[in-house]
Amino acid sequence: MEQKGTFSVKAGLAQMLKGGVIMDVTTPEQAKIAEEAGACAVMALEKVPADIRAAGGIARMADPSVILRIMDAVTIPVMAKCRIGHFVEAQILESLGVDYIDESEVLTPADDKYHINKHNFKVPFVCGARNLGEALRRIGEGAAMIRTKGEPGTGNVIEAVRHIRQVNDEIRWISNLPEEELMTAAKELQAPYELVVETAKLKRLPVVNFAAGGIATPADAALMMQLGCDGIFVGSGIFKSGDPKKRAKAIVAATTYYNDPAVLAEVSRDLGEPMVGIDISTIRPEERMQERGW
Amino acid sequence: MAGKKIIGVLALQGAFVEHEAAIKKCGSQACQVRKPEELNQVDALIIPGGESTTIGKLMQEFGLDQAIQDRAAQGMPIWGTCAGMILLAKEIDNSDQFRLGLMDVKVKRNAFGRQVDSFEADLDIDHIGRTRGIFIRAPYVEEVWGEARVLSRYKDKIVMVQQNDLLSTAFHPELTQGLCIHRYFLDMV
Repeated sequence: MEQKGTFSVKAGLAQMLKGGVIMDVTTPEQAKIAEEAGACAVMALEKVPADIRAAGGIARMADPSVILRIMDAVTIPVMAKCRIGHFVEAQILESLGVDYIDESEVLTPADDKYHINKHNFKVPFVCGARNLGEALRRIGEGAAMIRTKGEPGTGNVIEAVRHIRQVNDEIRWISNLPEEELMTAAKELQAPYELVVETAKLKRLPVVNFAAGGIATPADAALMMQLGCDGIFVGSGIFKSGDPKKRAKAIVAATTYYNDPAVLAEVSRDLGEPMVGIDISTIRPEERMQERGW
Repeated sequence: MAGKKIIGVLALQGAFVEHEAAIKKCGSQACQVRKPEELNQVDALIIPGGESTTIGKLMQEFGLDQAIQDRAAQGMPIWGTCAGMILLAKEIDNSDQFRLGLMDVKVKRNAFGRQVDSFEADLDIDHIGRTRGIFIRAPYVEEVWGEARVLSRYKDKIVMVQQNDLLSTAFHPELTQGLCIHRYFLDMV
């Protein structure tokens, strides 16, 4: 019997994206540059996170025509973002035929308590997480892929590093607990018990886990890969830099050869100006996108 | 002897870890291949699922294209899944992207549709029997010629082909529990 939208099929696409770079793009031309540079997928947006941050106001799902033009321009998978809890934006994105939905803290949340029930959709979802409990709650809601939140639009990798280290620390902790302690661990993590047990057994998240939020250089990408991420999202880091084509290609190579300093040195040369970064301490806590999500 | 052979898994991008694990479950040795010199250490190669354009570009940039073609000419067995099937093909419908061009087949990319049309289903395969196939934005083969032999079809579409030492599948045996296709490939080595 043929079955569509099963969890294996949803998580399967994330598995195919591993070891690759997913790039934020706002036009068909940028999408083509990303594809030509070797991106394994693109994220179709109206504005990259750095511009969303600068513009302020309410950030929403992109205009469908922006997304459709990008879908027409490339043969690689196209993702798009909806607001946290905005299941109607998700329904619209699914009907457009996007390949993955990012229920994203980069946009202004539509619900201050609840995320989308992602089991209800055939299209798979990726969600951000800062710690293991948050990751497992999102998987419990049906997310088939997780990414660090980092701090989007800053070009500053410190928050993404903090988040992957936190997730890894907590996985190491539960993996060493005797079985009878896992229920209390689940309570402390605020995570579904069954997923805590599965994670402890696997010694990793039960779905693919990418890095996102502040990655701006090939070295940043390789750092996140060496810390155990399965692949890389680059938001503002490419098209806010001096030479997007060259930087995109370099980040793709760095994500594959993350353990090879000679290759990393070679691809890091003469990339032009990186995006201008923001020190996290200069962003007021209520303006940090990573605080969004429940 | 099969236990002593080393199966390389091309680890440029995609689901290479899953193939490595499946080969090890079969009791054989597996290792990741990212550079031409690593290709010299292996007796066979799996090109995994992933993005065929990404993998193709990295192959060219790091000199694996010629290295793989040379080893193939010497008879090294190669199995491509999904993106790997596309990269092994001589012809790709409506695309001028890089390919190794080793198998006498014409493939169509994303032939079953986008991700919302991705599916799993039971397949009947010659010499192997019935197995579950997971199709992710999968290609199918439109046409075979020369030495290529069709091993399986799904709803009339060709989804598995063998050409002497070369094997290709449109679906992902590395994502399911069964090891029958991995064992079939190990028997080819």
